[in-house]
Amino acid sequence: MNKNYFEIIRAGINSTFQDLGRSNLYHIGVPFSGAMDNRNYLLANKLVGNDHNDPVIEFAYQGPHLKYHGDKINIAITGDVSFKIKKGDNLIDGECYQSFILENYDELDILSTNKSVYGYIAISGTFDLQFQWSSCSTNTKAKLGSNNGEKLSVNQKINVKEINNNFVLRKLNYVNTKIENIRVIKGTNFNYFSEEGKKIFFKNEFKVSKLSDRMGMRLEGKKIENIIDTNIRSEGLIKGVIQVPADGNPIIMLSDHGTIGGYPKIGVVISADYDKLVQLTPGSRVKFQEVDLSSAETLFKLYDLETQNLISQI
Amino acid sequence: MIKNISNLGDAALYCDFGKDVNKDINTQVIKYFKTIQKKNILGVNNIIPSYNKLIISFDLKKINFNKLKKIIDNIEIIKGDSIQNKKFEIPVCCEKEFSLDIKRLEEKLKMKEEKIYESFFEKEFFCYMTGFIAGMPFLGDLDENLRAKRLDTPRVKVPKGSIGLTEQFANIYTFESPGGWNIIGNTPLNIFDNTKEKEPNLINPGDLVTFKRISKEKYQNYHE
Repeated sequence: MNKNYFEIIRAGINSTFQDLGRSNLYHIGVPFSGAMDNRNYLLANKLVGNDHNDPVIEFAYQGPHLKYHGDKINIAITGDVSFKIKKGDNLIDGECYQSFILENYDELDILSTNKSVYGYIAISGTFDLQFQWSSCSTNTKAKLGSNNGEKLSVNQKINVKEINNNFVLRKLNYVNTKIENIRVIKGTNFNYFSEEGKKIFFKNEFKVSKLSDRMGMRLEGKKIENIIDTNIRSEGLIKGVIQVPADGNPIIMLSDHGTIGGYPKIGVVISADYDKLVQLTPGSRVKFQEVDLSSAETLFKLYDLETQNLISQI
Repeated sequence: MIKNISNLGDAALYCDFGKDVNKDINTQVIKYFKTIQKKNILGVNNIIPSYNKLIISFDLKKINFNKLKKIIDNIEIIKGDSIQNKKFEIPVCCEKEFSLDIKRLEEKLKMKEEKIYESFFEKEFFCYMTGFIAGMPFLGDLDENLRAKRLDTPRVKVPKGSIGLTEQFANIYTFESPGGWNIIGNTPLNIFDNTKEKEPNLINPGDLVTFKRISKEKYQNYHE
């Protein structure tokens, strides 16, 4: 019997268990999955003293409302998130990037992410989860990972297997910044597009569509004209690839994307910009900016250094 | 052989085996895939074979494009390691409720239903690759007279087990998913078993597949 658990009063829009994801399975059609915003995922775990790849709850827009039952536990929220903690009759405004203690019958209500999409809940302990290919990451489209491949639903219990007695309260000063230009490297089918189309891609603004989820982000803008073929022979895809189908609107592949696709690839988002890309809300306007491979590598080093630096401050 | 290696973004190699799509080229792709897989190159986190391309993605913290390109440029393909083909016979029921697009195909191909099925069930298919959704096998090649384009508007939900045709290929929807292939039947066989960590895919690249028509009664009473 699990004596420590969270009762789900409200599940939220898309709340799933995530870790760093699973690799070396694309050839059978299983993508990485894993936390969308890698940096905020890592910071959440560090704030409660966990290993860097421990499972967390990822939520989108409106998160879950949880009631805790059990021995005291340390907890942290990352992202740009409004939330409340209810202790008896006291309703406290929560602060991101600082851990706090939950006790028996305390409630955690994740109201919303602010001008961003994803946020994370980490606990000083381990959720009781099934792993698949050594990852808990839930891929709801392929029904893979923990929680039988499903998002959290109301009235279910989240059992806590073990609490590590790590009750040190940790804090980090960190503010998420919003991305304005998505930096990309030209794709392998860049020349499928007309001169005008290429110009539109790098000069015009695109609007993030409502039809965006963990699989992909659809963008809307002036049509990018294809002059060779709107289909290619189906081939592998990776995270960040920007495909342009016949309607001329770009689609960016995100963590749960299909592993094979047949639309021309106009560009690929650089690794350094991935975390901020996924936080763009529907309706946001963005531009694409071209960078070359060596700049992209340098930018990734800087991104990684900054992440390591933040982790070491906790 | 690989004709050209370029970068796909900052964290993947794009190995191009040329424009043609046929078994010989795909067999080369699969040989490279298996060789690289066996090498366990530090930092490589996915190798994705397709008809005539091989994409190798990597962890930018551990290796970069130029370093990995050098390794792949100099890699020696394991000789004499022929691909072991497994053979499968997949049962398919073609009752009305399963053959969602057979009437559409009759029109598109200007062929009678029975002729379409005759041609389809006579064929032995080769698995070029698996993916898009978990375990979905891309099987070729259909006879010239069976080649049709995708639906103009893809279905939001294609039922699990559906057998679809498009261009020179057939495939099997391993999960309910969106899709635009012309659906001609449904198999009761589980093609992707997500409870198995080892070899969840029934069909793998290089395998040979034939289809066998079964009655609705057999479909309903099918036990694997």
